[in-house]
Amino acid sequence: MANLLSIVTFIPAVAALILAIFLRGEDEAANGRAKLLALVATSVTFLVSLFILAEFDASNPGMQYVEERDWLMGLTYKMGVDGISVLFVMLTTFMMPLVILASWDVKTRVKEYMIAFLLLETLMLGVFMALDLVLFYLFFEAGLIPMFLIIGIWGGANRIYASFKFFLYTFLGSVLMLVAMVMMYVDAGTTDMVALAAHEFSSDNFSVLGITVVGGLQTMMFLAFFASFAVKMPMWPVHTWLPDAHVQAPTAGSVVLAAILLKMGGYGFLRFSLPMFPVGADIMTDLVLWMSVIAIVYTSLVALVQEDMKKLIAYSSVAHMGYVTAGIFVANQQGVDGAIFQMISHGFISGALFLSVGVIYDRMHTREISAYGGLVNRMPAYALIFMFFTMANVGLPGTSGFVGEFLTLMGMFQYNTWIAAIATSGVIFSAAYALWLYRRVVFGDLIKEALKTIEDMTAREKWIMAPLITMTLLLGVYPALVLDIIGPSVENLLHNYHAALGSVADHGSAAVATH
Amino acid sequence: MLQADLNIILPEIILSVFAMLALVGAVYTGKDKSAPMLTWVTSALFIVLGAWIAMNGSGDNSAFGGMYSDDAFSRFAKVVILFSAAAVMIMSQEYAARRGMLKFEYPILITLAVVGMMVMVSAGDLMTLYMGLELQSLALYVIAAIRRDSLKATEAGLKYFVLGALSSGLLLYGASLVYGFSGTTLFSGIAQVAHGDHMPLGMLFGLVFMASGFAFKVSAVPFHMWTPDVYEGAPTPVTAFFATAPKVAAMGLFARVMHDAFGGMIGDWQQIVALLSVLSMFLGAIAAIGQCDIKRLMAYSSIAHMGYALIGLATGTEAGISAMLIYMAIYVTMNIGTFAFILSMERDGQPVTSIDSLRLYSRVEPGKAMAVLVLMFSLAGVPPMLGFFAKLGVWQAAIGAGMVWLVVASAVASAIGAFYYLRIVFFMYFGEETEGLNGGKSAMLSGFLIASAAIMLIGVVNLFGIEGPAAAAAATIVH
Repeated sequence: MANLLSIVTFIPAVAALILAIFLRGEDEAANGRAKLLALVATSVTFLVSLFILAEFDASNPGMQYVEERDWLMGLTYKMGVDGISVLFVMLTTFMMPLVILASWDVKTRVKEYMIAFLLLETLMLGVFMALDLVLFYLFFEAGLIPMFLIIGIWGGANRIYASFKFFLYTFLGSVLMLVAMVMMYVDAGTTDMVALAAHEFSSDNFSVLGITVVGGLQTMMFLAFFASFAVKMPMWPVHTWLPDAHVQAPTAGSVVLAAILLKMGGYGFLRFSLPMFPVGADIMTDLVLWMSVIAIVYTSLVALVQEDMKKLIAYSSVAHMGYVTAGIFVANQQGVDGAIFQMISHGFISGALFLSVGVIYDRMHTREISAYGGLVNRMPAYALIFMFFTMANVGLPGTSGFVGEFLTLMGMFQYNTWIAAIATSGVIFSAAYALWLYRRVVFGDLIKEALKTIEDMTAREKWIMAPLITMTLLLGVYPALVLDIIGPSVENLLHNYHAALGSVADHGSAAVATH
Repeated sequence: MLQADLNIILPEIILSVFAMLALVGAVYTGKDKSAPMLTWVTSALFIVLGAWIAMNGSGDNSAFGGMYSDDAFSRFAKVVILFSAAAVMIMSQEYAARRGMLKFEYPILITLAVVGMMVMVSAGDLMTLYMGLELQSLALYVIAAIRRDSLKATEAGLKYFVLGALSSGLLLYGASLVYGFSGTTLFSGIAQVAHGDHMPLGMLFGLVFMASGFAFKVSAVPFHMWTPDVYEGAPTPVTAFFATAPKVAAMGLFARVMHDAFGGMIGDWQQIVALLSVLSMFLGAIAAIGQCDIKRLMAYSSIAHMGYALIGLATGTEAGISAMLIYMAIYVTMNIGTFAFILSMERDGQPVTSIDSLRLYSRVEPGKAMAVLVLMFSLAGVPPMLGFFAKLGVWQAAIGAGMVWLVVASAVASAIGAFYYLRIVFFMYFGEETEGLNGGKSAMLSGFLIASAAIMLIGVVNLFGIEGPAAAAAATIVH
């Protein structure tokens, strides 16, 4: 199929349009239909997306399933996937049916809720498939609108502050990226991302307001993109929107945020920062690495003292994303492989953790850790599942969490032992906060009056968890499933990156020699 | 010779004759009773003329020895002016009729203003420029004060008149300086003097005064003071009109004079325009944050948008003008939709304009709330709405012209400005339930609102093909 990617991308949008136009009424039956249609649409999207994976040629590092059409203002509508993006596409289509299932109990404005999630899926898929700068930006930025509404309408008590913070933080980051994108267009004369990766942007020093910018244009553009992706990632110190957004978002919103939206930052680094501005990236590597390490240690410590479960998991996400950024910027095969693996695995694990919090939040309507204790007595199945994902979050061997952390740490060791040593301490911290959380919530005596009637997980809740458990285990024991697909593309990316750095270094020494 | 000249200005002649006949006819017949019919006829005439100009106009013609030019640029601006004026008249006529302000003078004054605007964008001479500008302004002063019984509206009209007259004075003074130092009022003649190193200094003074006058008309900071008061005080249909067609005309005139007459001294006016642009973007973004009245908010929003459009002019390139024209077309479309919504805001039959009253509007009217949401995000410049492509266009032109700092400034301003558009969405979707809006179920207004929102979304496919005409228009005035 020539338009496979477009079809996958726009199935949810079409379903959202059908919902918006044809579904009337606010009663139980109408809500049921809305939920059903959303579930069917996301499931169909997942099934169709399996065709992408089935026909995907993992040994080919280039773009596959490419579609290209002329668009307005000299832009192109160009979509395609390679080894780096295809798994993010799959992660998105895989998670969305689960997200819809997890929101089965939503009571208010069900139709709008489903429309928001369906549109969000289209936009997220578009981000991972777009091969045109502006098309990418369009999907990247438009995703803010449904997420803004999801947090703002269906969120918790302080949702308005959180939604505004979420929107404005990420919007400011990304308008700067847009400026850099326009500069790239003007400089290279094309918005085709494949062509731009091959284009060599100037790295000659220049001065702005008397300050010499080492690496010139590349450094400036790197920083502009960095402003956007670092906020999205989120990296310390611009991570503060994430705990607020997570805490206030409804469960399904948190799952999407943690499992997919955060991955756009890492994907952006791999798609733009490294291949397009190698010199800028190289200059900034140490800064980014130290920021990542600080993120790992600092946010782990912050997680330790949280009293709100979602906030704790949110901070743990920031720490885990620290491994991702560190893995990407050490720029070796293990590091980048590990970063991508970590992102995929974190998608499953953090999604499942937020779902676990959602399970007890739906029953008790509080996320305070101190409100719980001794749940194992009444909720054995829950205790088991939550235990599994807590361990996966800690990075227990045998779960996918281990593989990602191990690979990134190995990558870091090759670059700088100090960075790796400090980052490794994060593994211990993560065990501390995760296990302590687990102990406080699940173990102990069941003494709280309110908890004495709590029910264990329903069949629906268990079935949502089943695929996530399967994937976490499967990737934990057989990581080659992922690594075989991403390997060739990562190798190609790193080869080009180091070749570009080498050629610039040659130019530099040649220029010095002639002077 | 005369016949050829008259042929070129035929649309303007038709409109002027129509306005005079209508005036006489209405006075001798039904007076205000004929107003609804007259409104429809005028709107229809606008649409027909707009379509005629869009389809039949071709070539680069000039009449009366270069005083009047009919080229792709003026045609583009005229089509936007005519269509937006027609849209505003059609959508506001029900509102005006119910509030007893549908006087027969209303469509006639708008017709005269539109003639003035058409003359403005076609001007090839300082005299034509001033005639067009004054015809437009005088008609607008009267329209602003058309509700004689309302203190607020009269105040708005008076403010607009006093400040408008001042700006016309500035402009006229600048024009006289330019004439004095170049010895001609023709743009082509001025262009021959206004370039190179031997340009007289007085020319520069003239240029600055004229630019100030134009800045008044497009309400760019620091000449924006009248805008919020007039927008708030004038009746909403009038505000809707002020926010659309006159802005296009003023922007078109600004661009034409700067390029046709002062194209040789781009370096001199570029800085002025860039400064106006930055100030407008930031003031529009920051001052709107505290507004509680949606009309006042739209006034600041329009100031900010003029700032973005001025980026296109500040580049001094063909791509810049083309981007500016596209920006104006998109801006006008968004504003028509937004004002269609503001016109429909009412509680118990009374019009309300406070943003507070929008609380949980999405519960009352989910469809319309969705359309307003699309328009607000479009105004904020969030993709995939067309408002984003408008900004993208001017940024692209500015970076192409090497004005990166201007683009960075406007990026920051647009992030700040996003806040107040979000606030409207916030009230509609997340607010607490209070006594909200009721009534205002006019199918016409909903139609305009939803059509405008749909254009913002569907336009992503190909911008409705306005890129080509805009580029052709830009090519005719940039030498």
